[in-house]
This record gives sequence, structure tokens and C-alpha cells, in this order.
Amino acid sequence: MIPAPFDYQRAGSAEEAVSLIAQAGDEAKFLAGGHSLLPLMKLRLAQPTMLIDIGRIADLSYIRDAGDHIAIGALTRHRDVETSALLHEHVGLLAHAASFVGDPQVRHRGTIGGSIAHADPASDLPATVLALGGTLVVQGPNGQREIAATDFFKGFLESDLAADEMLTEIRIPKYTGAGWSFQKFNRRAQDWAIVGVAAIKHNGYVGVSLVNMDQVPLRASAVEAAVSGGASAADAAALAAEGASPSSDLNASVEYRQHLARVLVRRALTESGVA
Amino acid sequence: MTMTEDVVATPFIGSRRLRREDPALLTGEAKYTDDIPAVGALHLAVLRSPHAHARIVSIDVSGALAIPGVVAAYTGEDLASQWAAPMPCAWPVTAEMKNPAHYPIAMGKVAYVGDGVVAIVATNHTASRDALDAIVVEYDVLPAVIDLEDALSDRVVIHESAGTNRSYIWELHPQGKETVDAIFASAAHTVSERYIQQRLIPAAMEPRAVLAMPQPFGGDFTLYTSTQVPHILKIMAAITVGIPEHLLRVVAPSVGGGFGSKLNVYAEELLCLVLARKHRCAVRWVEERTEAATSTIQGRGQIQNIELAADANGKVQAVRVHILGDMGAYLQLVTPGVPLLGAFLYAGVYDVPNMSFVCESVFTTMTPTDAYRGAGRPEATYAIERAMDSLAAKLGEDPAEFRKKNMIQKDQFPYTAMTGLQYDSGDHVGVLEKAQELVDYTGLRAEQAARRASGSKKHLGIGVSSYFEMCGLAPSRVLASLNYSAGGWEAATVRVLPTNKIQVVTGATPHGQGHETSWSMIVADKLGVSPDDIDVLHSDTALSPLGLDTYGSRSLAVGGIAIVMACDKVIDKARKIAAHQLECSEDDLEFVNGTFSVRGSSDKSMPLAGIAFEAFTAHNLPDGMEPNLEAHTTYDPPNFSWPFGTHICVVEIDEETGFTEVIKYVAIDDCGNQINPLIVEGQIHGGIVQGLAQALFEEATYDAEGNLKSGSFADYLVPSAADVPSLTLGHSVTPSPTNPLGVKGVGEAGTIGAAPAVINAIVDALSPFGITDITMPATPNRVWSAIQNAHS
Repeated sequence: MIPAPFDYQRAGSAEEAVSLIAQAGDEAKFLAGGHSLLPLMKLRLAQPTMLIDIGRIADLSYIRDAGDHIAIGALTRHRDVETSALLHEHVGLLAHAASFVGDPQVRHRGTIGGSIAHADPASDLPATVLALGGTLVVQGPNGQREIAATDFFKGFLESDLAADEMLTEIRIPKYTGAGWSFQKFNRRAQDWAIVGVAAIKHNGYVGVSLVNMDQVPLRASAVEAAVSGGASAADAAALAAEGASPSSDLNASVEYRQHLARVLVRRALTESGVA
Repeated sequence: MTMTEDVVATPFIGSRRLRREDPALLTGEAKYTDDIPAVGALHLAVLRSPHAHARIVSIDVSGALAIPGVVAAYTGEDLASQWAAPMPCAWPVTAEMKNPAHYPIAMGKVAYVGDGVVAIVATNHTASRDALDAIVVEYDVLPAVIDLEDALSDRVVIHESAGTNRSYIWELHPQGKETVDAIFASAAHTVSERYIQQRLIPAAMEPRAVLAMPQPFGGDFTLYTSTQVPHILKIMAAITVGIPEHLLRVVAPSVGGGFGSKLNVYAEELLCLVLARKHRCAVRWVEERTEAATSTIQGRGQIQNIELAADANGKVQAVRVHILGDMGAYLQLVTPGVPLLGAFLYAGVYDVPNMSFVCESVFTTMTPTDAYRGAGRPEATYAIERAMDSLAAKLGEDPAEFRKKNMIQKDQFPYTAMTGLQYDSGDHVGVLEKAQELVDYTGLRAEQAARRASGSKKHLGIGVSSYFEMCGLAPSRVLASLNYSAGGWEAATVRVLPTNKIQVVTGATPHGQGHETSWSMIVADKLGVSPDDIDVLHSDTALSPLGLDTYGSRSLAVGGIAIVMACDKVIDKARKIAAHQLECSEDDLEFVNGTFSVRGSSDKSMPLAGIAFEAFTAHNLPDGMEPNLEAHTTYDPPNFSWPFGTHICVVEIDEETGFTEVIKYVAIDDCGNQINPLIVEGQIHGGIVQGLAQALFEEATYDAEGNLKSGSFADYLVPSAADVPSLTLGHSVTPSPTNPLGVKGVGEAGTIGAAPAVINAIVDALSPFGITDITMPATPNRVWSAIQNAHS
């Protein structure tokens, strides 16, 4: 399992990383925890000519109380998200969802920023941040910009990040005391979800999103609207697959995925008390 | 599961002694093939066909040769003169069997995705890998053949030289085909079932690896390889490559699992040898994991049609079986024999007087199949155990009670089966009842009834599987009757060194089984020494020139007995020396705890330590006796060994999602006397998980073009510890009457028992929907779809 040849540079800061990748051109990639990129490279499904290693930018690993929201550095490991007391108090859904990522080895190496930037619809965290109405802070050559999670995921493994931009921070509003649920259905403990659901309700905000039900992590808008309109969990969940275009694979047919989405959304709404 | 600690006890046999192999394995100190240094070795990489079936139109290796470090690129034609013979198949099951010649690198045509097309040698691993991407091959793509019935139709003939896709047809009708047909025609009850044994990818923890080293003088070669069969490989490689056998040494260093997949002679082993010979330097290769999915053999691959005929009392009178076996693209070492190993077990543990068995085997454009844990016997056990449940359901009988009624009863042993084989011992009703008690069968049935009455969406299912395993391969004469090209004996040497330390040389080849631990326990008890004073030498044809290696649950029941017999010879010789020195008759000596004493006069004694030194100095030995204290034996077993047992699996199925959770699993296995119960439990745990994996998780899936869709561990679902239930093991001990240790095999038992127990449980849970079968693996999607279809 030997990757194709590539060059390697290590960045000391987000600014340096962005500058290095701008010089390196289109075939360069950021390397954070390496748990999505390196397997693809070993299989030669990805063949970047340059890796900019951002994994040692120490000041991008943090979980901070930022007043109305929690700020999470992009290089924070899943394990730190999973065990953060601050997140457990204010955004329990995110900490809980992080505990479902891969296995303990993956969670000790993989980063939240890497997972979100990779934009895999089958990953647990992109859909969760979407349900939570998070904001993504991005460093580019001309400074920072903020992208709403709802605008971030553009296609299969495609995000709104430009080639010379780097995700630096994830901001999640505080949902202290909210009801929430994370449902993940898979055949083996460490796998990607066949279908997953993140749901939260807090002071009139309703967020329900789906894992692996489309080319992108998806808001279950019809479900959210029904819940906001006072529908029961069962009635709202019946709308779970509306607007979704799931794919068929070795684990699940399209019909089965649609069915699972309805079952899991109902369970999530019930468990969380969202509906 | 039981917590264990190291136990030092006499006798050692029967104690839960920790495995002496484990510290090195667990700390990474063990040396696997790829850990062995070889200065200046060239690295082999193999370009593999991306097509299931194609003619090779042209190959351009110029791009590869331009990469710095790449030394040479060879097509099949380039290497044609290197082969003294095609790749070996040691099991021509019939005289008419079609076995198209094939070579380590394909010539002219590829027949499966993964077939070798170009061999690259380079000065480093990276260059060898990069070179593969720079080779341009033009293919004329031909239609793939992935369906067994389609293969049988000869719509597309894969091997023109064979003229057909059918490799062989093998039949067994001990009572006559007409007799069995007549029983079916007049039977009170019959069932006719069709089961699919999906292909499985063995997935040993250590992928294959090879290092071939020419020795500087004398023209001899050492082949290090991750194999289960260094002895068999030495012979086959010598024949195939044309290196005289006495100049070839094969070593299997630490081997990280095999499960049958390393019971073979592989293209890369032969390639490394010929390229080492050609380039006059060491050549090494290590398999990539994705490569392993297509280029190491796969297991199973059968369509089974099984019919049972029973009389009015529900006693099974005949079993009629037709198997369609998937050989894959070519015949590997024992590919065609695998279905035959199961042929004798299609009546399982039951007292069935008549059988009829036909196996047709076909070539397909997929990876060759071959032995995989159980090899033929899990398939047979699955078919009979599923069919027995179907017949019980048809008759409205409880599956456990129906089994008991049909089982060979304890007082019928030794039992001559309708195939002519002798079942030497067994207590099938006993182990089934033990398993029922351990799992609380009555209580579970009551809970099941209560849940069904309540309309619960969590469906409880209870699955029973009773098995008989024909293992301890094997009496050489029986193998001869099956046209197998080798014997089934095993060799051993026991050598007492001058300081009373012991060397045990075994022809068995452990690759995870713990033979060093078990063999030292056996010898410690025999010779009255500590296991710590015993070294076990193995897996190197220079150290143990004679052997037939490890597969088919044979090592203890054959190799272990050879060691016992060698110990007996050592003791006989030592007794002669003791009698000579103590000036007494041999008959007056008793040998206890490593010391010979004259009966009745306790002051006259001689320890083995003293005898060993006397044998070494040879100053005072009986007239005519050879110096030194060592003995060699070769043991050919008089019969297979016949372990048996019952597994009961309890599942809960979520009707909404189709997810199956195994909530309880009980196994009663009887492998005769246990040398080390800790190792026995490990074998059963691993075996059950492998069977459970076939039932619930694993499947090598191919698309219509013959591409493997489950070529990574993201798609090929090997379960981890998190995915399997806690296993509750009990056991029963029915010593084998055919060997002095009273032992039977246990390496494959768990796998044989498990898959039918799980599927019987799932079908039992779903029976209220009218569901009578489910295809393996019983994925949540399949279970959900079955329920949907039943509703509509």
C-alpha cells in the first residue's frame, strides 16, 4: 500500500498553510489527521503531488466557550470532542456523535476539521454540524470568512472551500438543556453509517439532518417543517426521505435506505423529545 | 469468557497453560517473512488484470522500465522457459477432470480480475509499485462468467483447451442411485432445499509474503514464505520451478494466520524463486491488502441442492445431494477436492441409511477457490442442519426433539456409516441436551411464545446446529481412494540432549495454533520434565525434513500422536540403558516423573537426566546399542478423528430495521481429551466468529463484469470483537478410541457449527411471517426485504 510520489511541507500556522498551498497549485492537499486522505492515497485513488501538513498547528486544537457559541479548533481530535465537558454541557449532540466516529484509534488521530472539510455524506460529523446550524470559519489568502454549514456542502466530497482556503474553526451555538438524539445504523460497530440521523430542538429551533442519504449531508427540511408545525413524531418521520436521493450499495438498496431514514428519524424525534 | 492465569501443574495435559508463543507475537518481536532482512534484495510487484476475462493484445512495459530502480519487466511469455511444469493441483478427483494448464503470469489470456499479467522487479518496493502504473496493456475483453449455472451452460467457454467449463463430475452412491430414488418416490415426507454458500475472503491478519534467497554456492535456494505448508510447498515448488528438491529449503517464519488460504502453492512463491535464480540475488514480495482480496484463494462458493426423505414417523431414510461447485478461474492446490471433503457429512449426525451425492464443478472468471476453515465440511453441515430444520418445521416438530429422534444414538458407536466410514465415538443426544440446558431452551421457547402472543416487533429466534466433523486428515489409504496425491501421516523426532533438555521436531506447521505450547506439555508429561526444558522445532524443511504440515484439524490428532510415539521410543531406549546400568531386568523398572526405579527397591533408580548423559558419552551402553537418546516416528492414523457438538444461537430481530442481534450463543464441543483447554477455547471462539461472519457479515460480491465489489475492509465486513456476542462454552469429553491421547481435532469445529445455528435462529425468528429461508449473509437489508415480501 504505497502512495504515488508526493512532496511534503509542514505548516506552522494557518496563514503559512494557506500561503504554501497557494504556491503548490491545484494538486496540493492539506493533511490533518490523515484518516480520510491517507487511505485514499494508499489505494492511489487520490494522488496529490504535494501534502501541506497542518497537523502540528497547535493553536488550532481547542474547545472554547465563546459566549453565545462554542468554538472548536479545526484540528481538535474526535476524542477531545467526544470527552469535552464544555460540549457535554452545551452541545451534547456533537460530543455524542463524535463517539460514533470510526474506532478509538481513528478518534485519537482524526480531526473534526478534517472530517468536515472532507465532506463525506456518510460521515457522522458533517450532518451533525448541519443539524446544529454551525458556522465554519475559513482562512484564505485574503483573510477569514464565515460559511454557514447549510451553505458549506456542495456535492459528493465537495465543499465551498476554495483550493487555497483552509477550515480553521467550527462554531456551534449553545443548546444548553436541549433535547437531542443521534441515531446511527450500521452492520459493524466501526463502519460508516448506512443511514444516520442527528436531531435537536431548542427554544423553537429544530434541526434534523441525515447521514448517507444523498451526495451531501442533508437537512430533512420536510421533517423540520412538520415538527415546527406541531406534527407527531410518526407523522413527521414519514417525510424523512422526501427530497433525498440516496444511493444503492452492498449494504442497502435505495428503498431500504428510505425506509431506514423514516424509522431512524422517528426514533430520533421520540428519543430527543423533539416531537 | 474466562480470565486465565498461567498454571504450572502436573500433569500438564489438561491445564490452562499460557501460550509460550504469545509474548513475542504480542510485543511485535516475532519475525514474519517481511521482517527477514535480505541485503540487496529485489522487490517483486505483479500487475494484475483489471478484467475478468480478456485476451491480452499487447503489453508495453517501456514506461515502467524508465522508472529509476526498475530492473526488469516480464510477461508470461518472457518467463515461459522458466517453468518445468504448470501451477500444481494435487487433487485430480477424477481421471477425466479438466485442469487447464496455468502459470504464475498469464500467457495470452486472463481469466479473473487479479490474474498476473506482468512481473516487475525493482531495487526498491516503491519503484516496483510505481512501475505497475506505467505499464500499458491492451485487452480484448471477453464476457465474464460469474454465475455457476451460466458457467455450466457453456455459453462462454473460459478455457478453450478444456472445451467446457465443467471441470469434473464426482458421484457417491453407496446404496445405488436407484435405491435412493425409489426411497424418495415412496417417502411419507420429503423436503427439497437450495442453499448458496457465498464466496468468502480468508483475510488472515498477515497477508502473504515471500523471500527467495539463492545461497552463494552450490545452487541451492531458501524460500521464506508465509505458508501453512512448507513441506508440501518444497515438493511442489521443486517440481514446478525445476530446482532439485534437495537444493530447496522452505521456511515458514512466524505466520499470522492462514485458515486454509496459506495451504497452497502460489504464483508469487514460484515467481520469487525463478526471479532469484534468474537475477542471482534475493527477491521478495509482500501482498497488498487489496491484492489479497483477489489474488489469494477464496473460500466456499457452492450452490447446494439437498433433499431429505423421511418415513411416516419422521425418521430420515435418505439424503440426496447435488452440488454445483465454483472452482474459480483455475484449479489451485486442492481446489477440486474441497466439495469432496464435505461429501461424507451430508447426513451429519443422523442415522440415515441411504445417500446419493453428486458434485459438478465449474470454472468461472473469478479468483480460484480452495480450502477455507472447514473446507467442504461447513458447507455440508450447513445444508443438512438447515434441511433438518425445514423438515422439522414441515412435520410441526420441535427442531431439537426432531434431531434427537434422528441422531445416531450413543450405544450405536462405533458406527459404520452408509458411506462405509467408521464413526469411532460420539454422544450427539448428550451434547444437544447439555446445550439445551445451558441455554435454557425451555425458558427461551416460552419467552418466544409470550413475545409472539404480545405482538412484539422484537422477534426471538432459537437456532440449533449439531455437527460431526471428519478431521485429523487423514488415513493415507482413504486419501488414496479419493485420488489425493499425498499421504496423511505426520512425522516427529524427540531428542534428549546431554543436559536433559529436549528438542521436539514436528512436521506440523503452526501459524497461530500454539503447537509449541501444546507439544511441550505432552512431552513434559511423557518424559517427566518441565515444559520450559523443551524446545519445539518446526516450519523449516532443514530442521524438520519430513512433514505434511497443518490443515484439516490434523496437527494434534496426527502430529501430536507421532510425538507421543517418539517419546515412547525414547523411553524404551532409556529403559534399556537404565536396566543395563542398574543391573536389573527392564521389566523390573517403572518410569515415573522422569525417573526409572526398580520396583520394590526404591534406592535403585536412575533419572532420565543421568541416562541422557550416559547415552551421550556412550561409555557404558548395552552391547550393540547406538549412542544418543533420540527417536523418530511417522504416524499414519487408522481413522479420521470425529469431533462433534451442538451449538445453539439465540437472536433478536428488529422487525423495523431487519437488524439481527445475537443475544446468546452456547456451544458444547467434544474434541475428546483436551491438552490445553485455554487453546481449545481460543480455537472455538475464533471458529464460531468465523462461522457467524459467514452467516451475518461476509460475502465476496462480484458484479456482472466479474469485478470484485467487496475488495476492501470497508465493503468486506469482517466482524470485530465489538460485533460478536459473548460466547458461552461448555464441553463434553468423549475420548477418541483410535489414538493414545484420546484427542480429536478442534481447529475447524467452531466454524462448522456456527453458520447453520445462526441462520436457523433467524429463520426461526421469522417463521411467523411464513419465511422459510434466508440467504447468507443475512444482512439487515435482506431480512427487512424478506419481511416486506412476506407482508405483500
